[in-house]
Amino acid sequence: MTEKRYDAVVFGGGSAGLAAASRIAAAGFSVAILERELEPGGVLNQCIHSGFGLHVFHEDLTGPEYAERFIARVRGAAGLDVYLGTTAQEVAVEEAGAREPIVVYGYSRRYGILRLTARAAVLAMGCRERNRGNIGIPGTRPAGIFTAGLAQRLINIDGYLPGKRAVIVGSGDIGLIMARRLIWSGAEVLGVIEIQSYPSGLTRNIVQCLNDFGIPLHLSHVVSRILGRDRVEAVEVSPVREGVVQSQGGFRLDCDTVLLSVGLVPDNELSKKFGVALNPETGGPLVDAGLQTTVPGVFACGNVLHVHDLVDYVTEEAERCGGFVTEYLRGEFQPRQYRIQPGANVKYVVPNRWFADRENRFYLRPLIVANQARLAVRLDGETVKERRLAHVQPSEMLSLTLRAQELAGIEAIRENTLEVSIT
Amino acid sequence: MAPELYDVAVIGAGVIGAAVARRLSSYRLRIVLLEKEVEVSFGVSKANSGIIHGGFHHGPETLKARLEIAGNLMFDRLQRELHFPFRRCGILVAALSVEEMKAVEKLYAQGLANQAIGIELAGRDRLLALEPRLNPDVVGGLYAPSGGVIEPYRFVFSLIENAQANGLELRTSFKLARVQRRNGEYLLCAEDGAAVRARYAVNCAGLYADQVSALFGAEDFTIVPRKGEEFLLDRNARGLPDKVIFPVPTPISKGILVIPTVEGTCMVGPTAVDIEDKEDLATSQSNLQVVFAAARRLVPALSERDIITSFAGLRPTLKGGDFFIAPSAKAPRLIQAAGIQSPGLTASPAVAEFVKDLLKKSGLELAEKPDWDPFLKPVPRIRELAPFQVDELTREDPSYGEVVCRCESVSEAEIVAAIRRGHRTLDGIKFYTRAQMGRCQGGFCTYRILRILARETGLPMERISKRGPGSELLRSEL
Repeated sequence: MTEKRYDAVVFGGGSAGLAAASRIAAAGFSVAILERELEPGGVLNQCIHSGFGLHVFHEDLTGPEYAERFIARVRGAAGLDVYLGTTAQEVAVEEAGAREPIVVYGYSRRYGILRLTARAAVLAMGCRERNRGNIGIPGTRPAGIFTAGLAQRLINIDGYLPGKRAVIVGSGDIGLIMARRLIWSGAEVLGVIEIQSYPSGLTRNIVQCLNDFGIPLHLSHVVSRILGRDRVEAVEVSPVREGVVQSQGGFRLDCDTVLLSVGLVPDNELSKKFGVALNPETGGPLVDAGLQTTVPGVFACGNVLHVHDLVDYVTEEAERCGGFVTEYLRGEFQPRQYRIQPGANVKYVVPNRWFADRENRFYLRPLIVANQARLAVRLDGETVKERRLAHVQPSEMLSLTLRAQELAGIEAIRENTLEVSIT
Repeated sequence: MAPELYDVAVIGAGVIGAAVARRLSSYRLRIVLLEKEVEVSFGVSKANSGIIHGGFHHGPETLKARLEIAGNLMFDRLQRELHFPFRRCGILVAALSVEEMKAVEKLYAQGLANQAIGIELAGRDRLLALEPRLNPDVVGGLYAPSGGVIEPYRFVFSLIENAQANGLELRTSFKLARVQRRNGEYLLCAEDGAAVRARYAVNCAGLYADQVSALFGAEDFTIVPRKGEEFLLDRNARGLPDKVIFPVPTPISKGILVIPTVEGTCMVGPTAVDIEDKEDLATSQSNLQVVFAAARRLVPALSERDIITSFAGLRPTLKGGDFFIAPSAKAPRLIQAAGIQSPGLTASPAVAEFVKDLLKKSGLELAEKPDWDPFLKPVPRIRELAPFQVDELTREDPSYGEVVCRCESVSEAEIVAAIRRGHRTLDGIKFYTRAQMGRCQGGFCTYRILRILARETGLPMERISKRGPGSELLRSEL
């Protein structure tokens, strides 16, 4: 067994892990990245379409191009080791007093079993796709049912077409991107079926991936049955009214493939092994203003914390996280913090605390679809900050910055909690 | 050239065929096991509740009760020999009213009459002490400590692997189409033209036992498939019980139960509906509410939110309700083993013993093999080992360090072991290794398994299937 010590260990070499690790290494600390795949970059490697980097680089990049910018930062960074093809299998936090309380067992073909100890850890494992079992589509269990991300991987990395006539369940972004990708690969896409009355993907993807190709989007519909013994032969589609699947007004689509794009879930299995407390609204860890979880020294960023719409936001959050880890390693991480919570029409706000004496940046997700909305931050009913929003919908995450001067007056009122609402 | 001649042809590689084949492999006999699917355990034995029953559900007059009790007692030794996942976690029957408690008392009396080991009539406090996750409104119930849980397919695989090591020949994709009797032997012909000859035959064809019986010109009976839907819950779900919990049974089934599986997940179900189509494994939406309402009556903390998958299985039921295990009165040297539904899995090793005796009575000479080896070499599984143990394994074979399935912690070495033992489909690998069986349901590991399968078998990627021809995953290379 190989044993090594680091200042920080980062779980996952995708967009979040690479950005956080390079930030920590740049401050002069030793870092190890553990990545399951043989290439760094995470899911970006299979996202060969463009649209990445508009915010961070003011450029329109493909997923691999975006990843490459961060891989280049990591490559050759002093004190930064990347363990590819390595799965963090067991983790533990030792009793207080240990110099490097975090213990990680990494399994890999190349290195055998690694035992790494570290002073801090960054959870950056990303998310996973919800699947058929999670949404309970009735019917048979033939071949030809894939999550959209798996189909994307099979086409873009392995070079195989999973089917010729596809129906896409759910209008999440990966499903929309895959609709266009299937058409470009010579397959037919018979339609996208969405249970909600509004699309769950970004508007630009509805336009560029469905409308431009004449692919029908059936809102307020579900796939109510999958048919076919060995391979998918058809699906039955039924309308939904007020949350109830209707027996009338449905139709059948003959197809050989069903792709599921029905949501992403932060992949927190490793976080649970650390004993980190999770937020039921996000599925990710509860974090303080410095993105530290309930386990001291364990931080989180990216899609493992909450599912982001754009990688640019992941990068931004992960770099800040790397900065907080650096402060923690220097012993400077002792700022005063207070609570912030979601109010009316807000599903969640991350992080769950705010700093009293410096700039704070929050991400939040609305619960409603509305035009001309108002975002308000209140303390005890008193408005601290307000912003007008042209349009809000659950599929589009919002960000919010509170500057130190905006908070200056309220620091004295210690026990109170900030509340963010949308009306 | 005449087809190969065997002493015994066992038809059907489910748990009964596998147990019979393994039992017979200890004698100086040439045995062939014929299976219509591409892999073994792909029928009734693939989708069931995986329970080793406690011996109180059936009356002492039934063959079911006799073989259930005898079979149950054989599992400890079988596990020591074959290393399949099995745990005697104990079984509870929970009564939620005074009327239900009366029914439980009858079950208890039945269990005593069957000489079920250790069964106990328990009051509320005792029951809640045994299983704190139980509904606190329970009034009392039954405790059967000898009951347990098992991975049924893993049991079948290990029986067959061990029988193969002792000379059994396995023929998969052998769809029996015609049977002729010539010169005191059976000629068994498959749909694709393959054929074998056999002096004796055993019908262990599960759902198709009626059709196989007809091919032999033997007894006329009908197997009615009784569908059961099950829901599988994530191992991290809260409030999972430690013991199998039954409600008070209904006339057609043992009811909807809560089953902590031997591998740490939890199953709720099954429903019980008689259907016509022996291949109808479709699940429905309406059963979800029915199953969870029934399950929450037993264990209130269970939640639909923890479902990772659902599936349906079929029970091969026979009129009268008991097993039909007997020499055929019409076809010479054919032993019928039909209608083996619950508690068939529990009874299977005793059924094998019984069938062996019936073959002997029908004239089959049984001479023990001096070199019969009942032990199977276990395949190391990394999820059961500590890091230092895996470290030792990786020195011999680095692929123990390659974690292919992250949800269930399955290494590449385990996938390769499955392939080398004859599993060539994604479902076969799933049931042998558990890869794709966890919360992501193959989202992260399917492409990895496809690649390993292609590398190990030399098959092109487009030929690799979920469970046999027609269920290939990929359509074409780009």
